[in-house]
Amino acid sequence: MNSSYAVPAVALVVVATVLVGAFGLRISRTTSDFYVASRTVGPRLNAAAISGEYLSAASFLGIAGLVLVQGPDMLWYPVGYTAGYLVLLLFVAAPLRRSGAYTLPDFAEARLASHGVRRLAGAFVVGVGWLYLLPQLQGAGLTLTVLTGAPDSLGGLIVAVVVVATVAAGGMRSITFVQAFQYWLKLTALLVPALFLILAWQSDGAPRHAFEEPAAFREQRVVRVDDTLDLKLDRPLTVTVNGTVDGRRHRAERLQLPTGTHHIGAGTRLTFAKGATVPVADRGTNGGMSTSLAASREERPLYATYGLILATFLGTMGLPHVVVRFYTSPHGVAARRTTVAVLGLIGAFYLLPPVYGALGRLYTPELTITGDADAAVLLLPDRMIGGVGGDLLGALVAGGAFAAFLSTASGLTMAVAGVLTQDVLPSRGVRHFRLGTVLAMVVPLVASVLVGGLPVADAVGLAFAVSASSFCPLLVLGIWWTRLTPPGAAAGMLVGGGSAFVAVAATMAGFPGTGPLHALLAWPALWSVPLGFLTMVLVSLATPGRVPTGTAAILARFHLPEELRAEVKA
Amino acid sequence: MPQEPTERRVVVTGPPRRTRRASGYSRPRTEIDEQTTLGHTYVRSLMRTQLRAALTVFAVLVLLVGPLPLVFAATPDSRRLEWLVLGFCLYAPLVLLALWYVRRAERNERDFVRLVEDR
Repeated sequence: MNSSYAVPAVALVVVATVLVGAFGLRISRTTSDFYVASRTVGPRLNAAAISGEYLSAASFLGIAGLVLVQGPDMLWYPVGYTAGYLVLLLFVAAPLRRSGAYTLPDFAEARLASHGVRRLAGAFVVGVGWLYLLPQLQGAGLTLTVLTGAPDSLGGLIVAVVVVATVAAGGMRSITFVQAFQYWLKLTALLVPALFLILAWQSDGAPRHAFEEPAAFREQRVVRVDDTLDLKLDRPLTVTVNGTVDGRRHRAERLQLPTGTHHIGAGTRLTFAKGATVPVADRGTNGGMSTSLAASREERPLYATYGLILATFLGTMGLPHVVVRFYTSPHGVAARRTTVAVLGLIGAFYLLPPVYGALGRLYTPELTITGDADAAVLLLPDRMIGGVGGDLLGALVAGGAFAAFLSTASGLTMAVAGVLTQDVLPSRGVRHFRLGTVLAMVVPLVASVLVGGLPVADAVGLAFAVSASSFCPLLVLGIWWTRLTPPGAAAGMLVGGGSAFVAVAATMAGFPGTGPLHALLAWPALWSVPLGFLTMVLVSLATPGRVPTGTAAILARFHLPEELRAEVKA
Repeated sequence: MPQEPTERRVVVTGPPRRTRRASGYSRPRTEIDEQTTLGHTYVRSLMRTQLRAALTVFAVLVLLVGPLPLVFAATPDSRRLEWLVLGFCLYAPLVLLALWYVRRAERNERDFVRLVEDR
């Protein structure tokens, strides 16, 4: 891909981010401005900011890549990300805003009057935040590598530096402007190329076999395999090989590969004939955001689909960077209306990735083999339109992708830094907030360099599953159930979130390779969320003496409309 | 004066009407402010109506989305339908559900304020 336009586009996005952030800095004066933008952000600006923050690398690049590799089942991801906001609106939005707390740990402390639960919630916020930051940094690395061939960690480093600079300088107020700006940037960066791509598709005779299974090559295509991989063939495949297959060297030989798994050496060139079925690389051999837990999906697709639905529907409300934005609404009613606007904005955005996924199946099917499926969005303009137009559109997409990394990473950094500043570092001044920002970013940056090839979708899925089984019970029961006790909340978070964390960590480490147990561990939400709820309820019922004394008054504050509450305080 | 009984001025005892209306005006609110048992009952009733609204919309969401994976699994030939439904057809209903809930929740709150302020 031609990088002469893409690099300036990425640079432009970075510079624009810093400039908009600096604009926020000029009007960001007090500590309250820093953390919650003084709670004066109206629904429209706030909704654009929330959406901009929420649409991460996984949305911008990952969904199209997942759909390209694994077919339409993966469209449950964007549906779940959106429906998660609806569930958040139903059970959490207004009471959470009325609770008047700054962060999730603040909420836990206000509701349960327990410092221990606050600490625990803080630990989970930092953990989930770091887990979610990791894929952003890796995605940035991947994008820059695809565009320029730069080393993997450079993109992550750029994102880290820019985010720390904007967050540390301007805090929440400047982040609000930055993210609202980036939502519209991301939407444009996907929408405009999508329109051109659809036109190109139409002039190509509007082929429709994208929706058929499995994907096939539309024309003769040479695929270069950069890293050694295993190809799984469901049916015999005829291919011209220049390189190593199954340990034997071939020089431009036409081979008939039988059904089964074949080992392709690094540097091999495979030439596929027109109409050949696209083989699928085995799990674990093709890194990147789209790898996911593909193998377990084949074993128990229904269980996996429901696990995914539950995790995304219930996990959204507990994502630290999502929750912290609700405190910036002026009141509970505004928080609700903001959420509706967010639903509209992200729903509109999510109409686009499936288009890229479908076109990717038509025009770049070889990405499923080389493992760069996440790059489909970046490569399609060049592949389908070509010339200067294709380069310009590709540059627009690349800029949008960088906006995605920057905005989500800044929101997460903001949330993690807030917790670190309030609960770990000694004083609560703005200077310590800046130190917290650096800390919040350094850990995932180091981790992204160390773990390198960790499949990104797994990290995102893990963050959602942990959040759904720890914060979702805490928020829902905390807001609607009078008999919740501090020991119950702590036990529920530890058992639910802890078991989800252990399950997915075990899967990532490769324990137990196959079978039903593997599916249970790879998609923990289906059992860990009920487990979290159940533990919280049972332990709370077992410790009735520990119900905080002010519970009734606090619940009244959560639920009473503001016009009545003003009197309560007076 | 005694000849015209209709013109006699009569002193009526009892609390004046205006004051009584004012006390009625603020009573449920005082109960809530002072966190009496009755006040808590008011708050609990609001929580119940709000929870009912949330659960209703949630149930519709579950009924809308829940059977879809089963349907897709039962009809493996319907790939094109799956693309269409998951890719493009679910977002508008989600927004509509959200609008419906917000209208209901805000109406519940308005009703509650009216009840408490006795207007």
